[in-house]
Amino acid sequence: MKRLDASEVIFRAFAYTLLTIFALFCLYPFVYAISAAISGRVAYYSGDVVLFPVDVQFDAFREIVLTKRFWISYANTLHVTFYGTIWALGTSVLGAYALSKKRLVFRRGFNFFLVFTLWFNAGLVPQFLNYRATQNIFESFFNITDDKWLVVFAMGMAAFNVILLRNAFEAVPYEIEEAAVVDGATEFQLLTRVYIPMSKAAIATVGLFFGISRWNGYFWARTMIRNRNEWPLQVYIRDTLEAIMQREIPVDTTYAQNSLIYAMIVCAIIPIIIIYPYIQKYFAKGVNVGGVKE
Amino acid sequence: MGGLVPKPAELRLRDDLEKYYWRNVWRRMLKDWRLYLMILPLLLIFLFWRYFPLYELIAAFKLDDPTRTVLNRDFVGFQHFNSLMFGVDAAGFWQAFRNTFLLSFYGLLFGFPIPIIIALFFSEIRSNGYRSVLQVATYLPRFVSTVVITTLCQMLLSGGSSFAEPGILAQVFARLGMIPEDAAYTGMLYLPQYFRAIFNVSGIWETAGYSSIIYFAAIIGISPSSYEAARIDGASKMAQIRHVVLPSILSTITIMLILNIGTLLTIGYEKVLLLYNSYTYSTANVVSTYVFQRAGIQAGAATNQSLASAADMINAVTSMLLVIGANMISRRASDTSLY
Repeated sequence: MKRLDASEVIFRAFAYTLLTIFALFCLYPFVYAISAAISGRVAYYSGDVVLFPVDVQFDAFREIVLTKRFWISYANTLHVTFYGTIWALGTSVLGAYALSKKRLVFRRGFNFFLVFTLWFNAGLVPQFLNYRATQNIFESFFNITDDKWLVVFAMGMAAFNVILLRNAFEAVPYEIEEAAVVDGATEFQLLTRVYIPMSKAAIATVGLFFGISRWNGYFWARTMIRNRNEWPLQVYIRDTLEAIMQREIPVDTTYAQNSLIYAMIVCAIIPIIIIYPYIQKYFAKGVNVGGVKE
Repeated sequence: MGGLVPKPAELRLRDDLEKYYWRNVWRRMLKDWRLYLMILPLLLIFLFWRYFPLYELIAAFKLDDPTRTVLNRDFVGFQHFNSLMFGVDAAGFWQAFRNTFLLSFYGLLFGFPIPIIIALFFSEIRSNGYRSVLQVATYLPRFVSTVVITTLCQMLLSGGSSFAEPGILAQVFARLGMIPEDAAYTGMLYLPQYFRAIFNVSGIWETAGYSSIIYFAAIIGISPSSYEAARIDGASKMAQIRHVVLPSILSTITIMLILNIGTLLTIGYEKVLLLYNSYTYSTANVVSTYVFQRAGIQAGAATNQSLASAADMINAVTSMLLVIGANMISRRASDTSLY
């Protein structure tokens, strides 16, 4: 063990203490949400719930879980996340592969076409009118009235993610491609047998980015989805929050009205908490911003 | 001019290559048709849903008339821009513009250095196990939706239904003397003076841990011999950070700074929309929410398209100039540029 000088010891002590405090801060709201969701009404309103639950009840959770619309919105979110991620990731991987090839003529032009959208976007009203027009086209030409498909196809594409994938593909050594071509690989086989397996970390990261943004998307779903039965979970949560805020407090329940909201929040983040430790290890490897240059 | 002096051989060769490149371009494109087929869906998606909306921006220069298509409306020039910048709507618009700028400026000022400090701290944690525990905990908020975060803010800072009691954090702040007792009872989200702090502190809470990844990756890439050399020269920890760590991660910092400046004016309107209310307009109303109100998008149809588009356009052009400016400055100063 190397000897540390005093300033290094102090800095390390600082690092341990402050990071631990910050981590506790990051977790506290979630812990409190769980405690508040399962605490009793009287205990909650008298301010006894600070960290741990008091007078444990599960009626608030039962109330949420027995609501049919909660599950409908959950299913809608799963639908949008599943198909939306496949669609966005699929088109991004194909496009990024083509963009990573030096022999692609107009490569710089295509790159600029994507990067420009990072600099300049049209804003709320034009985007709104555009989505509205898309809805009409979907309806009259393809007979799609379910606005979930609008969310799946039209929203959430990100040029930044395409560039991350392109950088990953460019990092694959050219000799490997050459060897595969000598062995008679077609363009598509090159992608599926060489490039995708060699860029797994980047693809997992970008897939996670797309998935999370689909799972969490709120504003455009709220604005564009006309039928309440097609609302995703986030829109439903917000709507319920607004409804509960205006409701009279019933005194005959075992739980406080706020516990309903906390229970709903807990239900909404459980899937993320379950999946996320498995994918977490890819992050540091997969993100390479080392140059978004055209 | 170029014809008088014979070109050096090297340049001529380049010209020939250039000519050769373009002479065979169609044949080579035809040979690589699969690549173009692969990129086609991506280009179409961006064309349909990112570029077609730009056409609607013409509305900003035309009379507001939803019964006609954008192209058929009467041209009014800069009337809407005038009204926003100098006319009847100036008060509301400039307030929104100022709020947008201040919210993002404070966000950048405090939100930008903190992930770098966190990454420095992470590199000090020796035990891999404990570090990954800390990482899991600090990255977590980044993966929680805006709706859940704003709901938590609402509940913890303002209390929930009917405000029978203040939220738990508001109680703690009041107990610590950070806010007056009655502010806790009104609900912090209903008082304009707290909005910027709430928005940015919750933003830091949400992203600081996760944003540190990129700096952490740069820091652990530094070779241990650099530290060793600095220690032999008797450098304290602070001197090591200044002379070894910061120079090594400077290019990462520059790139992240450009990216951040680029999004300075396009702050998450979703989060503002979910957090603000009519009591806090004076500090919380940003350009996108101003557009949202003026256009009446919530009602299902945009009514005041022209004015709203004009406001959006001013915002978009300013933020594009910011990115290009930041990029140029950084290219001049440090040879690091993003685009």
